[in-house]
Amino acid sequence: MTENHSEAKINTYKVHFKLIKSESRSKLITKIIMYSLLICFSIVYMIPFIWLLSSSLKTNADIFLMPPKWIPNPFVWKNYLEVFIQVPFLRFLFNTSFVTILVLVANVFVSAMVAYAFSRLRAPGKNLLFILVMSTMMLPGQVTMIPLFIMFKTVGWVNTLLPLIIPSFFGGSALFIFLIRQYFSTIPKSLDESAKIDGCSYFGTFTKILLPLSKPILITVGIFSFMGTWNDFMGPLIYLQSMENFTLAIGLNLFKTQYTQNWNYTMAYNVLMIAPLIAIFFFAQKSFIQGIVITGNK
Amino acid sequence: MFLTVVNQNRRIVITMKNRMVGTKGNNIKKDEKRNFYLMVAPWIIGFLLFTLIPMLVSFALSFMKWDYIGKAKYIGLANYIAMFHDTLFYKSLTVTTVYSVVSVPLTLIVAFIFAMLLNSDIKGLSVFRTIFYLPSLVAGAAASVLWLWMFNPQFGVINTILSYFGIKGPGWIFDKNWALPALIIMSLWSVGGSMLIYLSGLQGIPTELHEAAKIDGASARVRLFKITIPMMTPIIFYNLVIGIIGSFQIFTQAYVMTNGGPQYSTYFYVFNLYQNAFMYFNIGYASALAWVLFFIIMALTAIVFKSSAAWVFYGNETSGGKK
Repeated sequence: MTENHSEAKINTYKVHFKLIKSESRSKLITKIIMYSLLICFSIVYMIPFIWLLSSSLKTNADIFLMPPKWIPNPFVWKNYLEVFIQVPFLRFLFNTSFVTILVLVANVFVSAMVAYAFSRLRAPGKNLLFILVMSTMMLPGQVTMIPLFIMFKTVGWVNTLLPLIIPSFFGGSALFIFLIRQYFSTIPKSLDESAKIDGCSYFGTFTKILLPLSKPILITVGIFSFMGTWNDFMGPLIYLQSMENFTLAIGLNLFKTQYTQNWNYTMAYNVLMIAPLIAIFFFAQKSFIQGIVITGNK
Repeated sequence: MFLTVVNQNRRIVITMKNRMVGTKGNNIKKDEKRNFYLMVAPWIIGFLLFTLIPMLVSFALSFMKWDYIGKAKYIGLANYIAMFHDTLFYKSLTVTTVYSVVSVPLTLIVAFIFAMLLNSDIKGLSVFRTIFYLPSLVAGAAASVLWLWMFNPQFGVINTILSYFGIKGPGWIFDKNWALPALIIMSLWSVGGSMLIYLSGLQGIPTELHEAAKIDGASARVRLFKITIPMMTPIIFYNLVIGIIGSFQIFTQAYVMTNGGPQYSTYFYVFNLYQNAFMYFNIGYASALAWVLFFIIMALTAIVFKSSAAWVFYGNETSGGKK
């Protein structure tokens, strides 16, 4: 009786053991499948970067080799120097940085201020105004593009960097306002109330309490703004005419058209243009991801 | 510790005092109102100056004939009527619609798959996440020039890799049948942004849901379709709207890579608009095109919003309204 009983017990153990084993085995298989998928996709997504770097370091003869080589031989670092000789690259870089940094500061600060007003202050018409802000997200820029061009032309700003900079001082962007407001709503209101009691003004509460607490979202929005301006093509294309005012994006297109056969130089230019973006991303990556995660969950 | 308690008490007392003052003098509220309008003022000025007035001007221009130089002439609906007889208008609309219909769902799916892979308790998450996100940093002209070189039929990397598998690649952007597919393939390179948003959404799904379903014997596939996807619908919805709006404004690829060709196969809507506005100086016609684009985007967004009641799930406990 007891023997039977224990045998049955052992049997159930065996079944259990088998189940656990098969489960861990199927887990292992899914793990393997997942890692191999991830690695395959990673390789596919990295190929353009590898190709870019490799092309930028090839001799002109190697660029047009059949079949192409992956590793340049010899490494031609001189291609990068050539970029600075062929076009006023430093000038483009300065223009782009100038516009990007000013737009970033203005965009982030103004968006945050507007977001603060919508998140913390009460006033009649506030909700209606917020709907208006959000609805501008749907408006394609092409609708206002032509009148804006006429407007900036009449004030003599065409072929200057001003049309690319000045609008960002007025209102930031709807998406940024929305994201920052979402983030502010996660910060307890008691904090700014106590600051108010200590005699802080509304503006002071915004700059001294909320801004320092919102670094992740400000960095996230800052990176979006940086990327948007740095890579902007249509704006500079419409407004900038002479080469000394060009940004990197417009300069790249000019370079590509002028040196059709020199893909190595064009790719070196491209590397130099992308490098600051990637550097800033790596520098701020942690806060950037954090900012997206927090707002994405809201 | 003690100090915070004291502070807290002080605060409560003062708040009460303030409230009493507030109800009496209405002082504080006025200050609050004034601050609100002051802080929102830059946006309002910007909205009037750079959005509303230009919109009105653009609307007026769409009923006129003008070339920047002479006098603008009122021509009624002629610009809108001309559109319906313009084969290039139809061509650009078709090209853009095909691009949007194929590229937007593909991007959504690929981004979702990447997010699912990254969300599944793997080592090296941050490395893979960075790898998939990096391409999104390269946008506009930089990406276009890079892919232009990659799509080179003889010396480009894509046909080189295809040749390793014994496939003779097509002419890509130099072939009228392959130019648009080429740009769609290119769009899949920059799924990183959507992927990050999905990933944060996936991480927000309560694990109890999955565990409870597992105990009830739900398979991984059932859990995907009954828990993960329904919980993700608000984010899918957001990415869909953003994707549609973005896809109708494609321009840089057409300008830098294909110049709308070959044989108008990549003649995108905004490229047509740009050419009319800044190459042929048909200001009125270009403005009319812009307004039609605006209505198309509004209509599509409205359809997606309307349909969202049927498929977007707003959980009762997360109550994550968009606005």
